[in-house]
Amino acid sequence: MNFLVLLAIVLLVIAGHQLLRVIELSRGLKKTKEWQITETDNNMMGKALLAFMAFFFIFFFWQVNRWMDRSLPPAASVHGAKIDTLWDANIYLITFVFLVTNFFLFWFAYKYRGTSKTKASYITHNNKLEMAWTIIPAVALAFIIIFGLKYWNEIMEDANKPDRVIVELYAKQFDWTARYAGKDGKLGETDYRQIDGGNAVGMDTLDVMGNDDILVKNEFHIPVGREIELNMRSRDVIHSAYLPHFRAQMNCVPGMITTFKFTPTKTTAQMKKDPYVVKMMAGINAQRAKFGKEPVEFDYLLLCNKICGASHYNMQMNVIVDTEADYNAWIAKQKTFKTAVATK
Amino acid sequence: MATVKNSELEKEHLAHHDHVHDHDDHEESFVSKYVFSMDHKMISRQFLITAIVMAVIAMTMSVIFRMQLAWPGEKFGFINAMLGDKWGKDGILDPNMYLALVTIHGTIMVFFVLTGGLSGTFANLLIPYQVGARDMASGFLNMLSYWFFFLSSVIMTASLFIDDGPASAGWTIYPPLSALPEAIPGSKLGMTLWLMSMTLFVVSSLLGGINYVVTVINLRTKGMKMTRMPLTVWAFLITAILGVLSFPVLVSCVVLLLCDRSLGTSFYLSDIYIGGRPLDNVGGSPVLFEHLFWFLGHPEVYIVLLPALGITSEVISTNSRKPIFGYRAMIGSMLAIGFLSFIVWGHHMFMTGMNPFLGSVFVFTTLLIAIPSAVKAFNYITTMWKGNLQFTPAMLFSVGLVSSFITGGVTGIILADSTLDINVHDTYFVVAHFHIVMGLSAIFGMFAGVYHWFPKMFLRMMNKKLGYAHFWITLIAAYGVFFPMHFLGLAGVPRRYYTNSNFPMFDNLVDINEIVTICAIIGALGQGIFLFNFFYSIFRGERAPQNPWNSNTLEWTTPMANIHGNWPGKLPVVHRWAYDYSKPGKEKDFVLQTVPLEEGEQDGDSH
Repeated sequence: MNFLVLLAIVLLVIAGHQLLRVIELSRGLKKTKEWQITETDNNMMGKALLAFMAFFFIFFFWQVNRWMDRSLPPAASVHGAKIDTLWDANIYLITFVFLVTNFFLFWFAYKYRGTSKTKASYITHNNKLEMAWTIIPAVALAFIIIFGLKYWNEIMEDANKPDRVIVELYAKQFDWTARYAGKDGKLGETDYRQIDGGNAVGMDTLDVMGNDDILVKNEFHIPVGREIELNMRSRDVIHSAYLPHFRAQMNCVPGMITTFKFTPTKTTAQMKKDPYVVKMMAGINAQRAKFGKEPVEFDYLLLCNKICGASHYNMQMNVIVDTEADYNAWIAKQKTFKTAVATK
Repeated sequence: MATVKNSELEKEHLAHHDHVHDHDDHEESFVSKYVFSMDHKMISRQFLITAIVMAVIAMTMSVIFRMQLAWPGEKFGFINAMLGDKWGKDGILDPNMYLALVTIHGTIMVFFVLTGGLSGTFANLLIPYQVGARDMASGFLNMLSYWFFFLSSVIMTASLFIDDGPASAGWTIYPPLSALPEAIPGSKLGMTLWLMSMTLFVVSSLLGGINYVVTVINLRTKGMKMTRMPLTVWAFLITAILGVLSFPVLVSCVVLLLCDRSLGTSFYLSDIYIGGRPLDNVGGSPVLFEHLFWFLGHPEVYIVLLPALGITSEVISTNSRKPIFGYRAMIGSMLAIGFLSFIVWGHHMFMTGMNPFLGSVFVFTTLLIAIPSAVKAFNYITTMWKGNLQFTPAMLFSVGLVSSFITGGVTGIILADSTLDINVHDTYFVVAHFHIVMGLSAIFGMFAGVYHWFPKMFLRMMNKKLGYAHFWITLIAAYGVFFPMHFLGLAGVPRRYYTNSNFPMFDNLVDINEIVTICAIIGALGQGIFLFNFFYSIFRGERAPQNPWNSNTLEWTTPMANIHGNWPGKLPVVHRWAYDYSKPGKEKDFVLQTVPLEEGEQDGDSH
């Protein structure tokens, strides 16, 4: 078998070599050299570039049509809705620029494809034109900067709502733990030297503020309509807490506490009935059926979005947005750190 | 002073070589001619061929991990054949090896192909040729520059074959992942080799960069004013300055990481519990690393891009048979981009825990850089306007570059906006953006350069039809690979995931991943056409004439013989700028820079 493959390769090489010899010999007979660009070349390539533009634009709209409704559902948080608005404005603008400039590029490539009869115009510059295309982008960018920074400052502002829910997201290779501040509204101090099997997040056992803290894994609940203050910590390497449905993301950095605040606007139950989500989940479940996997329901997710090791691709936690009453009922059932330690 | 120096060198050269012009190279041994050569033309070819080998390695890696992403869990004989039983058991890619492949793919492409390969090849070839110099200011340093590059390439390639696998913390090697061998196998010996290799790479880059700057400043021939230089030389000059100023910061960044890894220091480490025990390190910060890394990392983007833009300026102008539109605006834009590139690095760090106010400053500076970039794109398009376009393969790749520069550039406006970055940071939207704007544009520029200056390098012509086939396959496959990735990003898919199949929310994206991978395989196979054309033409291509593209610049006035010292007699004298294409009142549609101005004739764009 190997011998046959080898023989086939050898024969191919010989055939290729002979073919090249023929081509090389025929070179001398031609008047124009192979590498010279003829009018036919220019004509063909100019038209091909224009055809490519058509193909490119059709491909673009085909993708938008086919894949746009597989994007993340509309934001489920207060600031996320603003991000979505800003996003749309920017996307329309850049799509316009993308189409128009690519059009001129390929149109000129077609229109001015070289011939032996035509001659290029000697144009070196045009101050008015250049001023125009310096100032117009500058003005457009000024608007983008102003609106972007306005929202950025609102999202990142320091002021806290008094009724906010404080949750710590603790990342390690390769899972998440959520810690609630408990009744006193304050997270207990931590000390990484105290980490052990019974104290996975390194609670400082001497700090009484930590006694009423609540630790949960696999999924965590938050109430709708209240500000959630996320505090991020990491045990080992950099992770990133990414909550795409809420348009929330922040890295978890060892040695630092980072924060991100958001206010969810839709409960998980509401989201499951959202027409966009219903359609999206139908698509997902249709694809899952093809793979022989059982259907799933929508859930908010927390993903790791910073390369953190072999199982980076599988570092996840479910997020459940409850009504205020459901949330209170759920949190009341959870064990505090003190009772969890005592019962162990 | 510049001219004094040059004329002194010139006298010396003539004294040495006046009588041996016709057989200048007769004393050269094989080793001094082909191996430890100090001739800029040979060093340029050495850089190019090394970069091509590295590019093939990095491209093959991308095919392997793309196969995994489109068909996770499928068994591929190809993967097993490439990676062996250890990393590709039964033809399934190992998750740690996946991360190693994306890491080394990025490292090789960014540094070895698009920095070393692009600048090393074309700055070396074109700076002495186009400014009218006998060689680089220091041939010896130039030789060292290549051999450091070679050594660092060898170490990087060797790291692929060690027991624990190569570095795998992503090409940005953020600690603590890259600092702690317990965190990932690639952070054992693989990371040490990566750091060694990159340090040598920086040495190479500095030796080259200083040489480029000195040569451009001091060794321009008579009449070659700065405002008469071709834009290629301007681009290489600005690139070299960026490199000289920013690469040393990468070394400091890397040395501190080496200290943390080996000497127990805590520059980047604090409060870490790993491998079942708390570490002693307290007080360091990974954010410090990120600042140092991106202080190089962002200028690096322009170190990659500017040479490609310079090459394109030259190729588009020559083949439009028309002066480059807005020559001075082009220089101004490049200077502005070069300056701004030093104060935008924080836009990689909006979500790292950096102070949000600092983030706003970087939003402002980053969006500013869009203005000179837009000016450049418009100037390319208007250079083609009313031209008489000659579609050489080089010209096609230049048109491709302008298209990808725009298409990838506009999404940069989104990512530069910290508010919008929150949700697409580190997703495939970013992967799509930087591959199109930086990867495609730079590699298109590099291909344009190879097709355009191949006759100068190897004295033969590349095959045009194969060039056309290569261009069309590459352009279509490249957009097929990277455009759909935007939609993965919109669906929230994080980058560097071994598979998307562990999240039901990504199950409906299977077809996108398949299209991307199929296009990647087609595109990779298409490069076979280029490789064949390149190596075949070196030996068997048609003999190149003196000035095949009817170009104005000085390199086309040197004999087609690759002689030592470039010009057999005296150095040429320059009388005009590089862009007198289709000038009214001239017999031909190009005027070499060495042709004196006629009486009353205006030079350059000052009319």
